Amino acid sequence: MTIKIFTASILCSLSLLISPLLSADEAQDKGLSIAKEMKSRDRGWVDSSAEMEMVLQSRGGRETRREMRILALEVQNDGDKSMTIFDSPNDVKGTAFLSFTHNNADDDQWLYLPALKRVKRIASKNKSGPFMGSEFSYEDLSSFEVEEYDYRWLRDEELNGALCFVVEIIPRDKYSGYTREIVWIDQEHYRAMKIEFYDRKDGVLKTLTLSDYQLHLDKFWRPAKQTMVNERNGKSTEVLLRNYQFRSGLDEQDFTENSLKRAR
Amino acid sequence: MMNSKHLTAILFAGLIAPPSHAEFLGYVGLQARAFPSTAADPAQGSETISGVLAPEWYQQWNDGDDSLNVKAFYRYDSQDDERSHADLREFYWQHVGNNWELTVGVNTIFWGVTESQHLVDIINQTDFIEAPDGEDKLGQPMIHYASIQDWGVVDVFVLPAFRPRQFAGEEGRLRSIPITQNDTEQYQSDKEDEHIDYALRWSHYLGDWNIGLSWFQGTSREPIYLPQISPTSVTLRPYYALIEQSGLDAQYVSGDWLWKLEAIYRRGIGHSITEDFAASTAGFEYTLTSINSLYWDLGLLLEYSHDTRDRIKAGPFQNDVFVGGRLSLNDIASSELLFGYSQDIDEQASRSAFMEASTRLGDSTRITAEIYHFHSDSNNDPIYSLRRDSYIELGLEFYY
Repeated sequence: MTIKIFTASILCSLSLLISPLLSADEAQDKGLSIAKEMKSRDRGWVDSSAEMEMVLQSRGGRETRREMRILALEVQNDGDKSMTIFDSPNDVKGTAFLSFTHNNADDDQWLYLPALKRVKRIASKNKSGPFMGSEFSYEDLSSFEVEEYDYRWLRDEELNGALCFVVEIIPRDKYSGYTREIVWIDQEHYRAMKIEFYDRKDGVLKTLTLSDYQLHLDKFWRPAKQTMVNERNGKSTEVLLRNYQFRSGLDEQDFTENSLKRAR
Repeated sequence: MMNSKHLTAILFAGLIAPPSHAEFLGYVGLQARAFPSTAADPAQGSETISGVLAPEWYQQWNDGDDSLNVKAFYRYDSQDDERSHADLREFYWQHVGNNWELTVGVNTIFWGVTESQHLVDIINQTDFIEAPDGEDKLGQPMIHYASIQDWGVVDVFVLPAFRPRQFAGEEGRLRSIPITQNDTEQYQSDKEDEHIDYALRWSHYLGDWNIGLSWFQGTSREPIYLPQISPTSVTLRPYYALIEQSGLDAQYVSGDWLWKLEAIYRRGIGHSITEDFAASTAGFEYTLTSINSLYWDLGLLLEYSHDTRDRIKAGPFQNDVFVGGRLSLNDIASSELLFGYSQDIDEQASRSAFMEASTRLGDSTRITAEIYHFHSDSNNDPIYSLRRDSYIELGLEFYY
């Protein structure tokens, strides 16, 4: 009896010494609590807008630039709303995309085509397709919602001098283009620093590096630069975000089919 | 008086306030069209070169609450003087309130969800000389008030002037045989093209549903063709009746499926020579995403259209099935291919098909290709006049 307890406690302390091995449940709980903390630290921005430049790089190094503006509205108890207004190339100027993300349901999406003056509803399962011919897919650019993934904390690890949680996240949406993602989150500010995206072959499909984080309103960290490298085809896309504005008075009325039609 | 004063004041205030945002944009294009079949009428040509200018100007002020929107259009056609045409697609002032919008001027409004034809869409006249697909519209003068509420959007339109449909000239293809004469319009209304038309629409979005109910009263956008027989010639003269049209459009999204329905009921007003009728189009769009390693998307379309009028009086979609597809390459050049095939169910020989492709060259130029095919061997078929007008078109558009 005593021997058993003794052995068990030795084993237990040994495992603690070797590495902080957690049971599967505990690793999931820890992963989820990291995700929740990350989301809660980012609550309260109300609304935001930013200018976005995409630099698409071919394998041969040829660059193509795309410009757009992004407006977003924080929604309590559901996913956020966002509008993307395209400024270049010239033939898509005035095209605008409206998206309502939902925590436990399909997203609602609309596209406005100025040449036809027509708003088209988009079937929302198309998450994995490339955005504007870039290495980013639609799902890579949509807002992060805790309820959309399952989590597992893997380990703590240093990345570029910052101590990070390394968390595996598994999309719950079966239409996601990924089977899992591995995210490096810095322990000081809970910011995603790097994400590896895995496809069905369980190889790394793409790697996203988020950098040049800037602090807004003393609370919200935003990366000024995100670089997505496609590990399969060697192409990459850099997303540069500028002129971030928060709490500028956007409301529900700025995210309707009518506001989509007059977006400029 | 009060209103116009108020309007002047708003416009004047706009002029002195610093303009916050202005845009000049648009495109110029060049197209070559060839008709491989011998024309049905020897006066018609068999190829044409045409050019298009479409400048736009947008000016906003009052922090974006007020804006002036101008979109002009001019096409020069080497073959057909009637196809050389200019139009103000848009020229309106818009004021945006907290949950309302007021638009005064010329604008283009689109209603509906289906792809093969647009039954519910009635505010603007169709510019058929520009393209046979009916997607191009002539600018419509209007006062448009929109109220945006939690329970939907209510649009109220007052349409003080009517734009008659324009038809291809003697030398032009894609026209009726005998020819429909421009500037010979007849109207049921004594006020002719100055009859004031009204329209109302309620539309709402409820989760996976989009729904619209509409009502229109005024001059029909679709004419009836009256034969004019003289000792030397036979021509057609467009006659515009007064009508009332009620419309329904609905769309349901479920996963990769978009289910679509449009239905109208149109009745003549007063001593009308038009027939009352109902028409509908129903179908779906199913999107296959990432069909290959290059992440191409293919949207499949299937629509069925029905019209209670007799075949000769109905449009080309009297009892027809349309199948089509939209292939998006999702590449940097935004390459796209749209194709479709329409088959009349009653008459096997009556069918049409089209294909439109476009891709971007560099940053500002689009190259386009278009093929239209018409087939009919019965002269009571609405597309019989077009049976020898199948064509291929290549184009280049430069956007600025």
